[in-house]
Amino acid sequence: MSEAVAVHGGAEANETPLTPENWGKLGMWLFLAGDAMSFGCLIVGYGILRHASTKWPIPAQVLGINLTAFMTFLLIVSSVWMVLALAAIQEGNKAKFNKFLGLTILGGAMFLGCQAYEWTHLLQHRLPELNIFFSTDLFATTFFILTGFHGLHVTGGVIYNTCVLAAVNRGRYQAKHVEIAGLYWHFVDLVWILIFTFVYLL
Amino acid sequence: MTSEAHSTSNYIKIFWILLALTVIEVAIVYMGLPKMLLASLLVIFAVWKAALVAMHFMHLKFEKKTLTIVALAPFVLCIFLVLMLMPDIFPH
Repeated sequence: MSEAVAVHGGAEANETPLTPENWGKLGMWLFLAGDAMSFGCLIVGYGILRHASTKWPIPAQVLGINLTAFMTFLLIVSSVWMVLALAAIQEGNKAKFNKFLGLTILGGAMFLGCQAYEWTHLLQHRLPELNIFFSTDLFATTFFILTGFHGLHVTGGVIYNTCVLAAVNRGRYQAKHVEIAGLYWHFVDLVWILIFTFVYLL
Repeated sequence: MTSEAHSTSNYIKIFWILLALTVIEVAIVYMGLPKMLLASLLVIFAVWKAALVAMHFMHLKFEKKTLTIVALAPFVLCIFLVLMLMPDIFPH
């Protein structure tokens, strides 16, 4: 608990981000900043190609946004489960922690299942119907690169969270490690919020 | 301040706000608003939601400023990226 207080400390004098206890968190933030640039480049690239193209379908009509809205909901819920898992382990409640981190992992896995279904449906039915082909159409190419890059991050997050769940139960990881994993998971959620708006809705 | 800000009820409150914003986003897409208005609203909602996640779930609101600066760096760089590419987007 004292660690939790130090990490979130309201008393500023107790905390500087560069003390060794916080190196992990700072490291994760630096990684996420770099990763955000990767996503930023892809999203900016998408916008510029769309602007420069004479023919660009209205994404919402091609992709259908109901399933994707549900996928957004899944990631937001699993983000909430992640913060609840962190709160549980900070209180020292292992059973509650296991439940919520398990649900977080389940939410991520369900997201991936939905995305696999969406991609299959698009590639086999929807896009051929509209005469849009993955290999020749900029809209399809940029769409699959962006959502695929994000999907890989979700896959990584599910594996990461599973490892954290195992390591906590074997007594090797504490609350601060869960917090760092949480940062990554919320980042994946945050990026999806932006992709949902910029790629699906706009 | 900290114990209240990190309470479970606060997280649940943020969840409901995020959910409401998502529902509004989808609803206004179906409403068929004018294109510019729709685009501006969607961008505002997206940035709003992203900021909520970063400030509350990622605790940026309760951290030292250093981490906020790290987090904002990619956004500044992306704005530069767009500015640098302006000549390509709007050729003479």
